[in-house]
Amino acid sequence: MSEEQDVITGIEAPVYLKYNFTAGAAAARFLHQIKKGVLTGQRCPSCQQVYIPPRGSCAACGCPTEEEVEVADKATIQSFTIVTIPIPNNPIQPPYIIANLVADGANISFLHLISECVNEDVHIGQRVQALWKPEEEWDYAMDNIRYFRPIDEPDVPVEMIGKLPVTGWEGSADD
Amino acid sequence: MTDIAIVAYQQTDAVSDAGAVNEVELIIPVLGRVFEQAGLTNSQDVDFVCSGSCDYLQGAAFAFVLGVDALGAVPPIKESHVEMDAAWALYESILKIRMGHAESALVYGFGKSSPGELPIVLSQQLDPYYLAPQWIDAISLAALQARQMLDQGLVSERDMAEVVARSRNNALNNPHAQLAGEVSVDDVLAEDTYVSPLRKADCCPVSDGASAMIIATVEKAEEWGKPYAVISGIDHRIETHNLGMRDLTDSLSTRQAAEGAGMGQGRVDVAELYAPFSHQEIILTRALGLGEETSINPSGGVLAGNMMMASGLSRVGEVFDRIVSGEAERGIAHATSGPCLQHNLVTVLEKA
Amino acid sequence: MANLAAVVGIGQTKYTTKRDDVSIAGLVREAAVNALQDAGLTWDDIEAVIIGKAPDMFEGVIMPEIYLTDALGCNGKPMLRVHTAGSVGGSTALVAASHVQSGSFKRVLTVAFEKQSESNAMWALSNPHPFSTHLNAGAGGYFAPIIREYMRRSEAPHDVGIKVAVKDRLHGARNPLAHLQKPDITMQEVEESFMLWDPIRFLESCPSSDGACAMVIANEELAEQAPKPPAWIRGVAMRSEPTMYAGREEVSPQAGRDCAADVYQQAGITDPRRDLDCAEVYVPFSWYEPMWLENLGFAPEGEGWKLTMEGATSLDEGGDIPWNPSGGVLSSNPIGASGMIRFAEAARQVRGDAGAHQVEGAKLALGHAYGGGAQFFSMWVVGAEKP
Repeated sequence: MSEEQDVITGIEAPVYLKYNFTAGAAAARFLHQIKKGVLTGQRCPSCQQVYIPPRGSCAACGCPTEEEVEVADKATIQSFTIVTIPIPNNPIQPPYIIANLVADGANISFLHLISECVNEDVHIGQRVQALWKPEEEWDYAMDNIRYFRPIDEPDVPVEMIGKLPVTGWEGSADD
Repeated sequence: MTDIAIVAYQQTDAVSDAGAVNEVELIIPVLGRVFEQAGLTNSQDVDFVCSGSCDYLQGAAFAFVLGVDALGAVPPIKESHVEMDAAWALYESILKIRMGHAESALVYGFGKSSPGELPIVLSQQLDPYYLAPQWIDAISLAALQARQMLDQGLVSERDMAEVVARSRNNALNNPHAQLAGEVSVDDVLAEDTYVSPLRKADCCPVSDGASAMIIATVEKAEEWGKPYAVISGIDHRIETHNLGMRDLTDSLSTRQAAEGAGMGQGRVDVAELYAPFSHQEIILTRALGLGEETSINPSGGVLAGNMMMASGLSRVGEVFDRIVSGEAERGIAHATSGPCLQHNLVTVLEKA
Repeated sequence: MANLAAVVGIGQTKYTTKRDDVSIAGLVREAAVNALQDAGLTWDDIEAVIIGKAPDMFEGVIMPEIYLTDALGCNGKPMLRVHTAGSVGGSTALVAASHVQSGSFKRVLTVAFEKQSESNAMWALSNPHPFSTHLNAGAGGYFAPIIREYMRRSEAPHDVGIKVAVKDRLHGARNPLAHLQKPDITMQEVEESFMLWDPIRFLESCPSSDGACAMVIANEELAEQAPKPPAWIRGVAMRSEPTMYAGREEVSPQAGRDCAADVYQQAGITDPRRDLDCAEVYVPFSWYEPMWLENLGFAPEGEGWKLTMEGATSLDEGGDIPWNPSGGVLSSNPIGASGMIRFAEAARQVRGDAGAHQVEGAKLALGHAYGGGAQFFSMWVVGAEKP
């Protein structure tokens, strides 16, 4: 080889693939309900635990779930993190709090944002409630709930998180 | 080598679009049926679980993680996964049993190809620097192979159409088939060319679906008291990815796998061959030296329905069904992966 | 009942942010050739290849074994691709071992890799789906709340994670292959590093690396003829549980406890801290060291952090049970390979071949990997002596 060649350290080969994503039967029913402003889980026929968002099965028992159960839009913080880096392709600006929340009437947590709070004061066991978008903006989407915000209710003891009835938390200020 | 018993096999229907079901919803019914067939409840009743799936079919990472939700894996189970057809999950499970760390296993595969364009998706299996950026789809590569066959006089279009017609007619007896019918060779030949020289009928359909199997040691199968067939051999071989270096009109790795699996040690009554294109069934039949005494793809094969990641295991299941029903005494099942039959697996099944 | 098997060759690449001097094939081949050289073997001596990596979306190559066939000398041989999320490097080693332990093969090659620089792993892990909240902030966002719950329960001092971050980087500075080379790192530097996912700081997180790791595993007869001391496989175990179910113990998952109990039982280990000489454990975020110390039975529940703070896991402090002498995942993280690196580094220790990060006289070592939402576990115990 007479001429000296540049070293090639990479090539651009973008991959574009299109998918028509389907939500799944259980998730589709959940999305129909959340479009109406209602959170709906599914109860396992075997262990009686309520899953939200539902996936059509109880992961613990491996059996199909069908019974639909409405849960509250009040929830308890199971744990959380304050994120200081942006999520790729997401408009939410850091720092923001994402939390594992268990809705009253459900037995398993889901992920959502916490806002209208002092970040440093957020804690495990804290009570929060959904702030919904205006009704005319509701779609088949979990972000019909803009975020959850703290409410003036006593903290839930850790051993009670994930075990509250749909009627909510009646703990006293002594707890 | 320890013989392995197949105790149960179930699959979903092969359908062009399974609709609004997620992975778990696709798997759960078929797992329920396969456990019932074996007289078991859930994955707690087997010693090992192994699955096959591919994230890119649906375009979401970790498809198999969601699959675990279908298993009843509390308390935790011994479980593994291959990003391959579930026929290779069967292979891994057999090793696990042969090393004495399990007496039984659940093997399953699932794929929902309908959300994407499968032939295009599969182009991204190719060498990422030279081939993938050219987006050469899976059908075009098979068409290159068919063209070589035709030009060398190794097959005629009529030979290929005969494969299709036999598949459609055989599939009339397969309740899970996606494509079946009283189709004649002339009907096929009357079709327009799709990707030259292939007609659409020469290409397998794209199917959503899942299949599941329970295997065990022969002792365990006896204990369970269910009818079973025996896997007497299994082997798989891969060959070069460079299509220009392969003789595309033959399948060397299939022949090597069949030798390794001991196919030649007896008569082959039935062969289920994973041939996504009609001419590939002819390549495989010749590579394996199968003759008149062998019934080839009595289920219709994957030309009747191709559940990606599950159809290789289904081939084993189809032979199992025929041996247990007494229709056959000995048979082979073949699975493939990669462009133009690059990677091939052969299982030999025998009457218990 | 399983046939004996041993590691007779180990090969790794130098771990770094971007290996732009090699292709994916070049990267895996480099590790494989190093393993063959270490074993004094050639490609013809290998009967099968077992390859693992994390999701295909990391590099955008679907089922990469198909393209890597030639680079790994597989033509005419069996080649199997394992994928069990982050634990895959460990699981791949176990599947490779099963080829030999089943008596089906005499000698196989196993390779695991990730070339993270060729794609965007954060994107692949947080790949937005319609219908969901789009809140998936990568692995750190998932594990930070779990770490916070551990801190609440154990009442551990706030600087345990900082101490682990320093300790593993000091270990890494002894290992020329480690990605991060920080021989002068201090507690203060870690504490002052950017808070990414509170309570996880930047320097308490693993880097993103390119790299590959390979091993040759042989049966008893061939292992005894190997030029270098073999690392005998004394126990192998895998466990899985679902990502989410009501009442799931996320801090100390049952799958991890069960997996450890299984592998210890096979290796005749009753007290892991006493019986093992060192451990290579998958710690991608510093707080996972105290968490896994408890999960793996090295310390009672709630007290794992005490071992860390006492220096028990530190080579530099002369600890009795060094964890991650190679520098661990906190020093190098080619995701799909990270589990195999743990398994291989455990084997290097018992072969007495770990160079400047050798734990003196190591005879029995644990290799550990986990993946998914801390739900997939794979482990092995390797020993200098034949069982």
